[in-house]
Amino acid sequence: MNFLDLLYLIPLFPLAGFAVNGLFGKRLGPGFVNAVGCGSALLAFVFSCLAVLQLVEQEEPFHTNTVFTWLDAGSALTADGLLAEFSINWAFYLDPLSAVMVLFVTGIGFLIHVYSIGYMAGEDGYYRFFAYLNLFMFSMLTLILGSNYLMMFIGWEGVGLCSYLLIGYYIARQSAGDAAKKAFVANRVGDWGLSIGVMLIFFTFGTLEFTGVRAALADGVESGAFVAGDAVFLAIGIALFIGACGKSAQIPLYVWLPDAMEGPTPVSALIHAATMVTAGVYMLARSNFLYQMSPEAMMVVAVVGAATALLAATIALVQNDIKKVLAYSTVSQLGYMVLAVGVGAFATGIFHVFTHALFKALLFLGAGSVIHAMHHEQDMRKMGGLKDKIPVTFWTMAIGTVAIAGIPPLAGFFSKDEILYLTLTGGHPVLYAVGLFVAGLTAFYMFRMLFMTFFGESRADPDVHPHESPRVMTVPLIILAVGSITAGWIGLPAWTPDFIAAENHFEHFLEPVFEFETAGGAAAESAAVEEDHTLEEVLLALLSVAVAGIGILTAFTMYYRASDRPRRLAERWKTAYALLANKYYVDEIYDTVWVNGVKAAGTGLWRVDARVVDGGVNGSARLTVESALGSRWWDRWIVDGAVRFIGGFVDTLSWPVRLIQTGHAQNYALLMVLGVLILIGYVLW
Amino acid sequence: MEQFFQPQDLRAIAPELALTVFGLGLLVLDLIVPDKRKLGYWALAGVASAAILLFLNRNLDAATAYGGQVVVDPFADYFKLMFLLATGLTVGLSMRYLDVEGEQHGEYYALLLFAVMGMMFMAGGADMVTLYIGLETMAIATYVLVGFLRRRPRSNEASIKYFLLGAFSSGVLLYGMSLLYGISGSTNLVEIADALSRRGADPVSLIAMITVSAGMFFKIGAVPFHQWTPDAYEGAPTSVTAFMSVAVKAASFAMLLRIFLIGIGPLREQWVPVLAAVAVTTITLGNIAALRQTNVKRLLAYSSISHAGFVLLGLIAGNRTGMVAVVLYLFIYTFMNLGAWGVVVALRRGNVIGENVEDLNGLYSRNPVAAVAMLIFMLSLAGIPPTAGFIAKYHLFAAVIETGHVNVAVVAALNVAIGLYYYMRLVVAMFMAEPSEAGSVGFSRGVTSVLVITLALTILIGVYPDWFINLAQDATATLPVF
Repeated sequence: MNFLDLLYLIPLFPLAGFAVNGLFGKRLGPGFVNAVGCGSALLAFVFSCLAVLQLVEQEEPFHTNTVFTWLDAGSALTADGLLAEFSINWAFYLDPLSAVMVLFVTGIGFLIHVYSIGYMAGEDGYYRFFAYLNLFMFSMLTLILGSNYLMMFIGWEGVGLCSYLLIGYYIARQSAGDAAKKAFVANRVGDWGLSIGVMLIFFTFGTLEFTGVRAALADGVESGAFVAGDAVFLAIGIALFIGACGKSAQIPLYVWLPDAMEGPTPVSALIHAATMVTAGVYMLARSNFLYQMSPEAMMVVAVVGAATALLAATIALVQNDIKKVLAYSTVSQLGYMVLAVGVGAFATGIFHVFTHALFKALLFLGAGSVIHAMHHEQDMRKMGGLKDKIPVTFWTMAIGTVAIAGIPPLAGFFSKDEILYLTLTGGHPVLYAVGLFVAGLTAFYMFRMLFMTFFGESRADPDVHPHESPRVMTVPLIILAVGSITAGWIGLPAWTPDFIAAENHFEHFLEPVFEFETAGGAAAESAAVEEDHTLEEVLLALLSVAVAGIGILTAFTMYYRASDRPRRLAERWKTAYALLANKYYVDEIYDTVWVNGVKAAGTGLWRVDARVVDGGVNGSARLTVESALGSRWWDRWIVDGAVRFIGGFVDTLSWPVRLIQTGHAQNYALLMVLGVLILIGYVLW
Repeated sequence: MEQFFQPQDLRAIAPELALTVFGLGLLVLDLIVPDKRKLGYWALAGVASAAILLFLNRNLDAATAYGGQVVVDPFADYFKLMFLLATGLTVGLSMRYLDVEGEQHGEYYALLLFAVMGMMFMAGGADMVTLYIGLETMAIATYVLVGFLRRRPRSNEASIKYFLLGAFSSGVLLYGMSLLYGISGSTNLVEIADALSRRGADPVSLIAMITVSAGMFFKIGAVPFHQWTPDAYEGAPTSVTAFMSVAVKAASFAMLLRIFLIGIGPLREQWVPVLAAVAVTTITLGNIAALRQTNVKRLLAYSSISHAGFVLLGLIAGNRTGMVAVVLYLFIYTFMNLGAWGVVVALRRGNVIGENVEDLNGLYSRNPVAAVAMLIFMLSLAGIPPTAGFIAKYHLFAAVIETGHVNVAVVAALNVAIGLYYYMRLVVAMFMAEPSEAGSVGFSRGVTSVLVITLALTILIGVYPDWFINLAQDATATLPVF
């Protein structure tokens, strides 16, 4: 069978799962829901594996699977003054980039579905949870596999919707509803940017197909119609990046992600750590050829990425909620990925997306297991000493922590170090320094979390008796732990001795996606590649390991045993501590500027209205009753606002229309005669 | 000269013959079968056999029969298919509804079949006489159907009004047709066109053009010949109203298209401004009048007036896209409108007339599925994606803009906003108002199947319109464009 032509089935499985569970899940019970929910995710994973295997066999690792022409909207004017057919195919596209994404999304997605069986057992609306989870898988797979920007946009909106639904899963909780709304609104700002970007792309290139845009750009570069640095590429780059900021939680739109932890923990693991939040990075990498045309846009991306990494890492230092630590850590790691894209290291950025998906899913699921064991306690100050009580969770989480801290030979080291190295060699020493510093912070706050949770004396309530989670939860943890150890080995750096790996397999695999010549840049690049940098690379790797080591050591001295050192430090740096603990007051600032600003503007307008109206009423009160009635009439329209006013205006227009509708047939006939006469008069004169 | 009647001509009108046979059979069965409701199935069988014959005849494309009086082309087939579907769905809506009204008679179904037979000749006629006889066959059956609730004065009044004005408009139409015959010496549309293009736009041709147009405008309910519409729609049995608003209207458009594009096609330069004025007035007036209606049937009647105005836009554009847009719009309108009427029909139970907007209050809590279905029909009628109504409006606007009628497009676009306002009024009543009576609302099997089919098509065409666009393109491929 040719599985490449069955690509469309991959998102269809979870969609079917959603339909079945959503419609019948309530009646058919949890066993059925489990089978459908997990089964559809597994089928998607199996078909993805088979399709990717066939893709690798092919000479050219690209395949488009067109299902049908979806929108055929005729022609539209584009920037070059020509008409382009606005014709969008419902088509799926598999290339090395989407292959990597689809494998880990379905693979990790399946594991998290299985884990949820244990974690969500006995929750209200169990079927609803699995239905949403499947709907999310469908949207995410559409986002990744779509062959054009519009299909990606559909998936993009779909995952946003599912994220909203799942953050607000505990519908009885006010905070969950608020967090869901916050996520939705922040993402809306991003989606606005993305939609502008997509429109600009069509306007510039006359197509939305990824391959078509790329080909049009290559032609344009060759013919000289497009030159690197054109303003249009800056505009597209920034617009798309606004979209990425929303979805991938970058400054200034990152605020929704920490709050999104209100959702169930498997949701945090799947959507808000491993898959959905990396959609922004995927989109930037997918648009690599556009970014390569605009160094300025790349610079913006890189700086925002580094700044986000730093900001989130510093906030994570002082969080006490185990999921909040992981949430800020996710924001920070997403900053790394965006930084990688910004310095042109697209393949490395995707590499980090991949390794991060494994160890962050592991950490979140581990945290879920801890929370499960602690009877829904999330405050690390009330944990401690869990090491021996929940050993499987402890060991797997320890592996995840070492992996994210950047200690070789675990996964996080290879991807993160590659980003740092390419940032430095790309000519961004300042960003490199920031990245290196953040690596130290990461090691610190992650080990702080590990020590506070698992070591020392138990600080839990006496009536809490921690117990290891069921097998259905621990097995996914173990699988992810193995992945977190080994995943980095597919992308070993150049200095690895040849008898282990002659090349970086991962980057080599992705190479065809990111090869794009922007004329001029190519020559310099090829010259740079030839030189041997082994020594520098090894030294830099050692440096980042050393920085991570310092972070771990600091955490060890402060948190391994109960001590008052953290407290004393907090007191000495009171202002700084308060700043971090309150997350730089960003939520408060946004509240003041945006929420209250908009409210104040509304109130202000209302005041103006009220005064005008009041004045009118007071003035007219002295006049006759008729004029008072008149002012009341005005009152109604002004207060109720322009929309109602226009509505009412048109509404009153209907009066003469109804006036002629007398109900008498002879009047109707008369009007018909008049109509004929008027029309005859019209054509004859 | 060839013989007027050829035996193979019978094949060309086989679906019409089947409908006639089943209709006459119904009249006989009415005397024998005690359970009149069963006759609905007989009518469905008639529709189905006509559809099968239509399908078997698909290879007859562009054949003429009866010396050029009747033509079988993809255009006619497309419309005939649409009529049959609409009739089948109407029968589904009627079977329980007539019980509720206490007027379950076999004649009802027979009249429906006769009306459809007339419509099919309106779609397939290539000669003024055939077209006119088709028109009257349909109209007379419809007059009776409008007055079918014998014991209700309103129904009688509507029927008489419709009949009087219909007869009057037929007179105007016939006057125009006689002038055309005088000009060309023929009743054949192609020969009329030849004569008109030789003769040019002199006063006699223009008066003929206007009078024929006025007759057709009456049938599609365009301003200022629209006034019978709300009265007839309100008084008629709701199932008949549903039928009139889709099938009768579509048939009138089929005839209008043939006459305008072929018969008086050479006068296009003269009729486009007339049509533009009529279309814009129709859309606007229909919408504005709908704003304040408290009766759902009247509201939907005015809405159907404004939709007719929208369809005329495609004819104004007159290019390939415009033609596709017209027939596609009519096809989509058939389903979304029948669906909306289906909900209204379902609300008529026992003492509840179900015609006032208040009767929809709180429908969401009493029958959420029906409320959501109605919401989708309303969105579609208003032209909001991803429903079929959006696709329909989209093509019309595209056609009008392509041909440079930007002013018309702007007025039409503004009207979409007005339309949204009154369609949403029904939605607000269903979802936000307190129910005026307790208890859930159940639907009969017939209504349920109609709602399922129309809803499925409304969404399907909205999401995946390609197949239907192709169908519309095939249907209009042989039409002349400008």
